[in-house]
Amino acid sequence: MSDKEIDEVTGVSTTGHEWDGIRELDNPMPRWWLIVFYASIVWAAAYTIAYPAWPLVSTATSGLLGYSSRGDVKAELAAAQAARADYVAAVSTMTVDDILADDGLRTFAASAGAAAFKVNCVQCHGSGAQGAPGYPNLNDDEWLWGGSADEIRQSIAHGIRFAEDSETRVSEMPAFGEILEPKEITQVASFVASLSSKGEDADAEDIAAGKEIFAQNCAACHGEDGKGNRELGAPDLTDAIWFYGSSLPDIAAQVRAPKHGVMPAWQARLGDTTVKELAVYVHSLGGGE
Amino acid sequence: MLETSEIETFDATAVNSARMRQPLYAARKKIFPKRAAGRFRRFKWIVMLITLGIYYITPWLRWDRGPYAPDQAVLVDMAGRRFYFFPIEIWPQEFYFVAGLLVMAGFGLFLLTSTVGRAWCGYTCPQTVWVDLFLVVERAVEGDRNARIKLDSAPWSAGKLVKRVSKHTIWLAIAVATGGAWIFYFADAPTLLRDLVSGHAAPVAYATVAVLTATTYIFGGLMREQVCTYMCPWPRIQAAMLDENSLTVTYNDWRGEPRSRHAKKAAAAGQAVGDCVDCNACVAVCPMGIDIRDGQQLECITCALCIDACDSVMDKIGKERGLISYATLAEYQSNMALATAGGASSIDPARVRDAGGKLSGKVSAFHIKKLARPRTLIYLAAWSLVGLGLLYALLTRDRLQVNVLADRNPQFVVLSDGAIRNGYTVKLLNMIPEPRTIEVALEGLPGAEMTVVGIEQPATRAFAVEVEPDRLKTLKVFVRQPRENVAGQTQHFTFTVEDKSGAEHARYDATFEAPEMDR
Repeated sequence: MSDKEIDEVTGVSTTGHEWDGIRELDNPMPRWWLIVFYASIVWAAAYTIAYPAWPLVSTATSGLLGYSSRGDVKAELAAAQAARADYVAAVSTMTVDDILADDGLRTFAASAGAAAFKVNCVQCHGSGAQGAPGYPNLNDDEWLWGGSADEIRQSIAHGIRFAEDSETRVSEMPAFGEILEPKEITQVASFVASLSSKGEDADAEDIAAGKEIFAQNCAACHGEDGKGNRELGAPDLTDAIWFYGSSLPDIAAQVRAPKHGVMPAWQARLGDTTVKELAVYVHSLGGGE
Repeated sequence: MLETSEIETFDATAVNSARMRQPLYAARKKIFPKRAAGRFRRFKWIVMLITLGIYYITPWLRWDRGPYAPDQAVLVDMAGRRFYFFPIEIWPQEFYFVAGLLVMAGFGLFLLTSTVGRAWCGYTCPQTVWVDLFLVVERAVEGDRNARIKLDSAPWSAGKLVKRVSKHTIWLAIAVATGGAWIFYFADAPTLLRDLVSGHAAPVAYATVAVLTATTYIFGGLMREQVCTYMCPWPRIQAAMLDENSLTVTYNDWRGEPRSRHAKKAAAAGQAVGDCVDCNACVAVCPMGIDIRDGQQLECITCALCIDACDSVMDKIGKERGLISYATLAEYQSNMALATAGGASSIDPARVRDAGGKLSGKVSAFHIKKLARPRTLIYLAAWSLVGLGLLYALLTRDRLQVNVLADRNPQFVVLSDGAIRNGYTVKLLNMIPEPRTIEVALEGLPGAEMTVVGIEQPATRAFAVEVEPDRLKTLKVFVRQPRENVAGQTQHFTFTVEDKSGAEHARYDATFEAPEMDR
């Protein structure tokens, strides 16, 4: 480097690089810049020792400070749990009716229930709890098994026709296709449709004949007036809400070979508290009794 | 009348003069402003008292708002998301009032600058006020200009150490008080002071005090004029704000030049002699370290202390005041033309004086009418318009509001009797610090009735609910319309809310959705 050139104007040595006669001066870095530069290197080295940094074969160094982002999440979750501990304790000891009566608890339980609903229930009941054919709409005011908060809680806790739970709600409508003649099935379906003034298409004679058949075969569960029986989960046939469809063929099909939905019992999976929260949420959707 | 040679001449150099411009990154040359005396200095003392008084006293003023709201006159309640200013309470969604005030501040600054130049910088800018305050301390501890220069160049001694330590201690105390006063705007001042002293205040309070202590001490004590020259954008913007009719601190070289320290001798020798005796008093008092005689320059904050310094010298030598004065560029140029005979010669001070030696009648002086120019009037109009708009908005704003959010999933529910139900989240905003009973009612939508989650009552078309003072109440409202009344898939109706006492009401237009009816 003996051929170091000195720039005439500034008296500073040049790097020897030249572009079209313009030479680059070899000024030293400012001291503050160098200090920051070396301090950054020291900082970086210390940082990789103190914090998780170096990748190893199947893991990475964990750092002297023992920091991990998962630990942060854990701490935040614990803090969140602690913050709601009072409410959770109250929900776990109180009955759903008492929870509903308390403004603050109801709001808390309904929010928690909404979260649990989004995870566990929307697959069948829909994200707005609006249901689908064969899956009940939880917003309306018809309840197969009762619409009080505690009855709802019971349904959620033990399920419907869920074999693994001994307290599950069970009912089964016989398949009348094996009992009645096809003609009789059409007649009884016509009568059922007429109960909710859906029966204009039906033949008046069919309705009259169907009434007889209904009284003999169906009234035991659905009642003389077709209003249903919640003890047995027998739906009200006189209202505007139809589980498996309201057309004549739909009704006839359900008489001939009834479908029976199954809902799992959630008590064992979610625990008592969450089930109560779900019950409060479902009850607050607008149809609760 | 004193001989010019008897006027004290200062050995003052304008360290920030363009002639002395230093390379970038050169160490700062210290400035030791001399204490000025005169009408502008007196005015600045008054402005300082008022501005500091407002700053320190405001959080301690009380304003009774009843039992449901804080009684601090000015309070920015971050946690509660409320801003209180005497009788005015602002919710976060009313922040446009603050935006409007900022717009007014902008137009106000334009107006001020286009008429009286950088008056904001020279008199009311916190940087100026606090530097002034810090200089008061410096003078009290270390003495005036000459004593300070001497002390600065003196070797370290016990005396110097005591002076320096006490100066910086007082500065730090002022800085702590400055940061300390700031946080009182954000919480109940007496409570916060107790907590602060006993160590129970929130960490953010201590951090804020620490940061503001540091900035006050560094900006006001150590950096001083460098903040204005290097950090502040306003000196750069001001050029666009000033025009030839803006008042600004001006050295009137048309009567000052040629300057001479030996005026009599020079006059006797037949030379032209201006009014400036080159005593450097204007440089000695300048807190920015400039020489105003170099003309208008970026560093000048127009604090007018040089006017005071020069006026006292003019008084002593029996000349008219105003060698340095507030003048507009227009006057200056007309007077300059007079003194140089339209630029034909160099400045001859004799041309601006009449036979009796007084300033000639041809010398133009500032007239108050010059303040009213299209430009300033437009600024004033814009400023007033925004102000009146804000005032109107403030006087007519609602203190009872309602927001309605319709359920979208599901949009509607068919009930067992065929009726249709829609769900709404109704938010009632009671924006006054008193509890109110609000009646919510339906308007339109025949046959429809409401039920409210959490309120036990039969379905109704109107219900009343208590809303806590200064709070928002969220209600889940179900509206149910019998099937025979449903007229179409989308029906428009209105939620009306009314203060039971009848003082205020609000409405919200909502829609009611229904399924396609098969018959």
